[in-house]
Amino acid sequence: MPKIAKPPMSEGMINFLANPERFTRVTRPLRSWLAGLAALLLVWGLYLCFASPEDYQQGDTVRIMYVHVPAAWLGLAIYGAMGLSSFFGLIFRHALADAAAKALAPIGAVFTALALATGSLWGMPMWGTPWQWDGRMTSELVLLLFYIGYIALHASIEDEVRAAKSTAILAMVGLVNLPIVHFSVQWWNSLHQGGSIFVKGGPTVGAEMLWPLFVMVGAYHALTLWLFLIRLDSEILARKYRALRARLSFN
Amino acid sequence: MDFGHLDFDMGKYGLFVWGSYGVSFLALGGLVVVSLLVQARRRKVLEALQAAADSQ
Repeated sequence: MPKIAKPPMSEGMINFLANPERFTRVTRPLRSWLAGLAALLLVWGLYLCFASPEDYQQGDTVRIMYVHVPAAWLGLAIYGAMGLSSFFGLIFRHALADAAAKALAPIGAVFTALALATGSLWGMPMWGTPWQWDGRMTSELVLLLFYIGYIALHASIEDEVRAAKSTAILAMVGLVNLPIVHFSVQWWNSLHQGGSIFVKGGPTVGAEMLWPLFVMVGAYHALTLWLFLIRLDSEILARKYRALRARLSFN
Repeated sequence: MDFGHLDFDMGKYGLFVWGSYGVSFLALGGLVVVSLLVQARRRKVLEALQAAADSQ
């Protein structure tokens, strides 16, 4: 008797969670845990942000880094997840892929806008200017425009299948910008400083400043995951009531 | 760690530091509130539609 090959575990899990009902049931208990974790980490992180010493050069503006860096990292990471999800939706027709990408877009857009805003607020006293058209800042702005474009395109197309396809292509085109944002400080001369955390030889930032940064990174990640589950559940609800409304009007 | 070294003016950078935390709080707080409100509203609409479908 021929043996049927089992799908790899990760593929099995992706297929298992493709059912919206099952996804909601499995992730519901996670939501309250994530909300609690995010609140706890935020309180701890904010305490560390203001309890840590000021920088000998930047003075108290170093505290801006604790909200700027996590926002910038998440702006990039969320776009990566959005692109991956769009790829799954476009190629494998995963039932939840478009909903997941759509749920992620506003979260990523807010983090990217925050990275730009807090970066400008840091730049004013430290660089003497809130903005410069250099590689990092311009590519970060392009990232925000991709987010806004994605949200606007999804909202402008009524047919769900067509909207999913068009936005997935846009999201995947935008992936090209991610390495540009990341490596821009190495490729071009920039006012923006280079990496100082994940560098060869270890971080060049003191431990008393790494702790608040890492705790805030953890807090922002937990908040993102919680927001993602809330928004995805919301999207599943919207799709259910649209289907039900269509059925009712058909009857 | 203590807050003894900390002054509310943040040296002379109070506007920039508090501005950064303020804008982060408003944007993320707004996102949380909007996400929860939209979810609650959609759940209510779905329940109403479900009730209408069940009564048919």
